[in-house]
Amino acid sequence: MTKTTNILIVGVGGQGTILASRILAAAAQRIAGEVKVSEIHGMAQRGGSVVTQVRFGDKVYSPIIQPGAADVILAFEKLEALRWIDYLKEDGTVIVNDQALDPMPVSASAAVYPEDVIGKLRQRAKQVVPVDALSLALAAGNGKAVNVVLLGVLSQFLAGDSALWQQALAEAVPEKFLAVNQKAFASGRELQR
Amino acid sequence: MVKKLLTGNAAVAQGAWEAGVRVVSAYPGTPSTEITECAAAYEEIYAEWAPNEKVAVESAIGASIGGARALAAMKHVGLNVAADPLFTVGYTGVNGGLVIVTADDPGMHSSQNEQDNRLYGRAAKVPVLEPSDSQEAKDFTKLAFTISEAFDTPVLLRLTTRIAHSQSLVALGEREESELVPYEKNAAKYVAMPANARKLHVMVEERLQKLAAYSETTELNRIEWGDDRKLGIIASGAVYQYVKEALPNASVLKIGMAFPLPKQLITDFAAGVEKLIVIEELEAFMEDTIKSWGIPVVGKELFSPIGEIFTETIKEKILGETAPRLSGGENLPNRPPVLCPGCPHRGIFYVLHKLKLNVSGDIGCYTLAAVPPLNAMDTTICMGASIGVAHGMEKARGKEFSRKTVAVLGDSTFLHSGITGLMNTVYNGSTVTTIILDNSITAMTGHQENPATGKTAKGEPAPSVDLEAMVRACGVKRVRVVDPFDLVATEQVVREEVAAAEPSVIITKRPCILINRAAMKQPLLVEKEKCINCGICLGVGCPAIARKDGKARIDSAQCVGCGVCASVCPKDAIVSREKDGAER
Repeated sequence: MTKTTNILIVGVGGQGTILASRILAAAAQRIAGEVKVSEIHGMAQRGGSVVTQVRFGDKVYSPIIQPGAADVILAFEKLEALRWIDYLKEDGTVIVNDQALDPMPVSASAAVYPEDVIGKLRQRAKQVVPVDALSLALAAGNGKAVNVVLLGVLSQFLAGDSALWQQALAEAVPEKFLAVNQKAFASGRELQR
Repeated sequence: MVKKLLTGNAAVAQGAWEAGVRVVSAYPGTPSTEITECAAAYEEIYAEWAPNEKVAVESAIGASIGGARALAAMKHVGLNVAADPLFTVGYTGVNGGLVIVTADDPGMHSSQNEQDNRLYGRAAKVPVLEPSDSQEAKDFTKLAFTISEAFDTPVLLRLTTRIAHSQSLVALGEREESELVPYEKNAAKYVAMPANARKLHVMVEERLQKLAAYSETTELNRIEWGDDRKLGIIASGAVYQYVKEALPNASVLKIGMAFPLPKQLITDFAAGVEKLIVIEELEAFMEDTIKSWGIPVVGKELFSPIGEIFTETIKEKILGETAPRLSGGENLPNRPPVLCPGCPHRGIFYVLHKLKLNVSGDIGCYTLAAVPPLNAMDTTICMGASIGVAHGMEKARGKEFSRKTVAVLGDSTFLHSGITGLMNTVYNGSTVTTIILDNSITAMTGHQENPATGKTAKGEPAPSVDLEAMVRACGVKRVRVVDPFDLVATEQVVREEVAAAEPSVIITKRPCILINRAAMKQPLLVEKEKCINCGICLGVGCPAIARKDGKARIDSAQCVGCGVCASVCPKDAIVSREKDGAER
């Protein structure tokens, strides 16, 4: 029995974590026998901290990842990577969008955004992959494709050949946005690190 | 067979469709909303948004008495609203199968309490089924209709957030059409007046005995003997999955029918293991019953009645294992949800904060105005409570108190159960000012239609309630309508209406920005040389404004140009791009 792969996707409401998890789930269905995904809807949509959990393997019981059990944390925002770091395995990987979005307490000067977040992540995790996903998304033709760029980077760490990931993209992304997302995905998948 | 990744909610809708359900009625509420949205997508199902959960259950009862299979769906607190019809249909029973879905929210991801609605099953004497993944959500929904018709009872299907919003693979089936059961007048069954109800109650108790016998043999409850017979675990719902993950060798009695519980099966299971533990979120629902049978069992001594239970909780409490955890370290700034850029509620709450009014609030997106920087809500109790609470405050403290107090609620919440509170203010002579935030949608739960939006759950055109005429018909003479983006007018109207010593209603009218993208304008910008860093604009609590390098700065990617920040700036430093040209 192969082990279960645990991916924690974290970010800020509105950044497209849901689409990213859909594409990942579509790929995971082709990689493993069983897939479970857990999201929380509702309050968290309004610009709050959001988390989606994707688990796949031969047999998956809980849809929820235990702290200390995530193989990869895919973070759409730096502070969120740090916030959820206790879910990472000791030898796990953090793929992090090197972008800061100020939460309301920071905007309102009631709190301070931590300095050198990437450095702090490196102190804690064995492998940290910072990605300038916004530049890559803009180069692909749409700044909103940050999510799919990051997913492209994640695909480097998972099973599945390019054809499999292309099928997953085609299944989860609406036709009219497919081309730009294919480009965004490729720029992440081919990123040298 | 086709397997598809579905949320529990989508699986319930699929199960209802496969079971031949014809009518679905609901009021939106996280985590239950998508059941009805998914059901509405099936051509064969009539699905509707009712004004509240009581009407939804009544509508489903009518459909059932009319001979159709029918389903009503709601969040846990919605069942409080619908408790009245639930308890009586528990007596009358059904004609076509009737299933009521309650989506509970342990951990309160999006709720004001974490009540355990299995208790409603026991109180109303109706069976409760608890699926533990999406496949079971579909299968149990179908089985619930069979049980409903076989035992002449409504069935409560209880989900929790982790079941409703988690996705797992589901084998899809075909729809089996169910013929309408003939409608026959049967007052002795359906007219629940005392003489009939006394007879019905006898039948209800007999039905419970039959259901208890069914619970012993149904596949819903099953023992999974493990290598380890020292430890026996009883679990249901999402917790069953966590148990299987945390204790792969333990023997498990998986409960799918949480009420009535199978006494003999549990007795046999207890006899087969050395130590019996019930692991259940929230109330000691199963534990109390098992203890009442004299079976030694451990439960809430180990597991808290507060919040969710996870795999790691079980490992810690039973195995004494804690996994090594990395730490994010220092106190990280929170990232609470906020009102969207361009939200029409922002202006009115800015005004209420500025005027230092007491705000009797309600349930919706606008509850977010309770947190900094707006800090403009004093109470939030339940759907529609704002008006009744403000009325009670005046009766306690006198009319002068209403000269510095308002009740605030959304259009959908007003129609849900605010209108009765408004009638009360008029009838019982209080002088409360009620503000109806009319954003023309039920926004918090993800934009559902309601009786004032002009569209049905299926997206078809519908007559819409005229809120202004409605409040006048309740006897309110002072009714004002104002655009909440116009802060000057809004403040003036609030001052006048709060000052008036008679009941009044202010309707702030502007659609939710997310359904009215045409209203989005060019982003604004801050003229740096004019900005004096006073921070007043930050007080409107818009996520598009932040302080950078000693000046206010607007994020052009988020700003939709609503102008609320510009109208509070004392230096007119916030301007449109058209006027100023280049980006700073």
